[in-house]
Amino acid sequence: MRFIFKTKYSQDINIAKHNGDRFWYSLLILIMVALPLVLNDFYLGEISYICILSIAGIGLMILSGYTGLASLGHAAFLGVGAYTHAFLLTNGIPFYASIPIVIVVSFLVGAAIGIPILRLTGMYLAIATLALGFIAEHVFIKWEHFTGGNRGLPVPQPEFLGMSFYDSVFFYYVCLVFLIAAMFAAINILRSPTGRAFVAIRDSEIAAQSLGVNLGLYKALSFAISGAFTGLAGALLAHYIGYLAPDIFNIFLSLTLLLLIVVGGMGSLHGTVFGAIFVGFLPQLIAICRDYLPSSIGSQPGLEPMLFGLILVFFILYEPLGIYGRWMKIKLFFELFPTYKRQTFKKQKVFTKSDRV
Amino acid sequence: MQLIQLLIDGIASGCIYGLVALGFVLIYKATETINFAQGDILMLGAFVAYSLIGILGMDYLTGFALTVLIIAVFGFFLDAVVVRQIIGQPAFATVMLTIGLGFIFRGFASIYWGTDIFSFSTPFSGKITEFNGLIISYVNLSIIVGTAVLMSALYFFFTFSKIGVAMRASSENQLAAYYMGIPVKFIFSLIWSISAGVAAVAGVLLAPITLVDTSISLIGLKAFAAAVLGGFGSIPGAIVGGIIIGIVEQLCGTYENYLFEGVREISAYLVLILTLIIYPRGLFSDKAEVKKV
Repeated sequence: MRFIFKTKYSQDINIAKHNGDRFWYSLLILIMVALPLVLNDFYLGEISYICILSIAGIGLMILSGYTGLASLGHAAFLGVGAYTHAFLLTNGIPFYASIPIVIVVSFLVGAAIGIPILRLTGMYLAIATLALGFIAEHVFIKWEHFTGGNRGLPVPQPEFLGMSFYDSVFFYYVCLVFLIAAMFAAINILRSPTGRAFVAIRDSEIAAQSLGVNLGLYKALSFAISGAFTGLAGALLAHYIGYLAPDIFNIFLSLTLLLLIVVGGMGSLHGTVFGAIFVGFLPQLIAICRDYLPSSIGSQPGLEPMLFGLILVFFILYEPLGIYGRWMKIKLFFELFPTYKRQTFKKQKVFTKSDRV
Repeated sequence: MQLIQLLIDGIASGCIYGLVALGFVLIYKATETINFAQGDILMLGAFVAYSLIGILGMDYLTGFALTVLIIAVFGFFLDAVVVRQIIGQPAFATVMLTIGLGFIFRGFASIYWGTDIFSFSTPFSGKITEFNGLIISYVNLSIIVGTAVLMSALYFFFTFSKIGVAMRASSENQLAAYYMGIPVKFIFSLIWSISAGVAAVAGVLLAPITLVDTSISLIGLKAFAAAVLGGFGSIPGAIVGGIIIGIVEQLCGTYENYLFEGVREISAYLVLILTLIIYPRGLFSDKAEVKKV
């Protein structure tokens, strides 16, 4: 077990808690940078997709995992980002100018959605965001001038730094850089007073309010920041899929994002990456499952939603902390060996909290 | 005259929304959880009815009753085995759990029954009656009458039967109900079973209109609008909310040219958002106020 000897208060908010962290994360980044040397285009494409999913996951994690506000319509932000980006590129705005505009637009859209539904909590918020997701999908279909409607919208793949987005190695590096930047931004937001306020709101609204957190402001801010991250992911997703159709940004995508953060582990940024890896490889996983099942079941189209639901239910019931939580448990088991107790992570029994007055 | 015609069609589809919303409300009142899988249970109901009536060739009424019974028992065990485990966890967990369950049901239905669109014959299919120039189809009539019968049955059940009163007591105050010797856990499972049964009724009544396939589970999402409009937690509110949503949808569809294109599909969601923003208590809420910031 590692004991960190603290000599300064500022150590509490250090990004890397100790040298081990620094070593392992630097190694990870080095490996990620070196990956194109060993992997072929197909796997690089998959990993780029996982990077994009992770960025979207960071967005949803800040909102749901850290501020405790459920959103069942987050695909709408992906759509806003993707369509804005494609629209700007089509109109001749270069890539490096388009991305900041996308981030600002999604930030504003997030704030615009966040402010009117601030008053809602818990389930009402979930229902409202669900409805907003549907309305957004509908807007993407009907606002043909901007989105091309059901015909779809081809995404221009401009040159950037003299390289083309068709080049999978280059696209991989773009996604990786954005993921690292997004992760860094998220870590910094979360260790700032803003992030602390988010966590306080999640844990107890009343306590947060008593300590002077302006609930309305911070909830709207959380929506806006979350929207900005997800919009950025949407812009990259637009390059990844190449041709935007409104039915991509449907409720299934929103729920996939939720699956991502639940499976990864609520309330941890590591969880977004674990969850993204899981969700990114889920189609392959299902393909493998299909091979092992009798063909009468294996070839059914319903298998995918069924496995999706089963995974969700099993994680909620048996591992609410997600993959990251399981990782922590395993790590602690070896650190404390042989004195590890199951009770350390035992779920506390609680009474149903009523929000009736 | 056209307006009255629209109202009748709207009321009929609204009754379905109302029945599904009723399922939400029953569960919410008792356990403060929302069952996002309600629409999928409705779909299962329609499929089971298709199996019994369409494939096994049962008589319509027998098949109907058996379907409701099967789905009600299913609802009972759904609560007793799965949902009860996460009581006391944050609302988010229940939301995710029931969404996951919904996906499982939908996947199961498309694996077991297939993704085709099915239909089965009912005594009402294709028959219409004319009344002062109004055309009323028997299917719509069956939905309205069915809802009315079910509502009165539930009313009498909750007002006069011992279990009904125990259910109301448990939703009022769980702890006090325990002290009075009410088996609260059993009662909660029973409420889930009633709510699933109501969804099954809606599914069977709806089957002649939309036919049977996995996409009818989306009705569950529109029914949220009905439940919220009626004030989550009010049983008559759910039905009234449903009828209003149904009528609004019909009107929006007819007068689409005066509004904007495609308003019909999202009218229910627009009503939902507007209700939540302007008047989150809903029309019939018995609560003092929805918790505000």
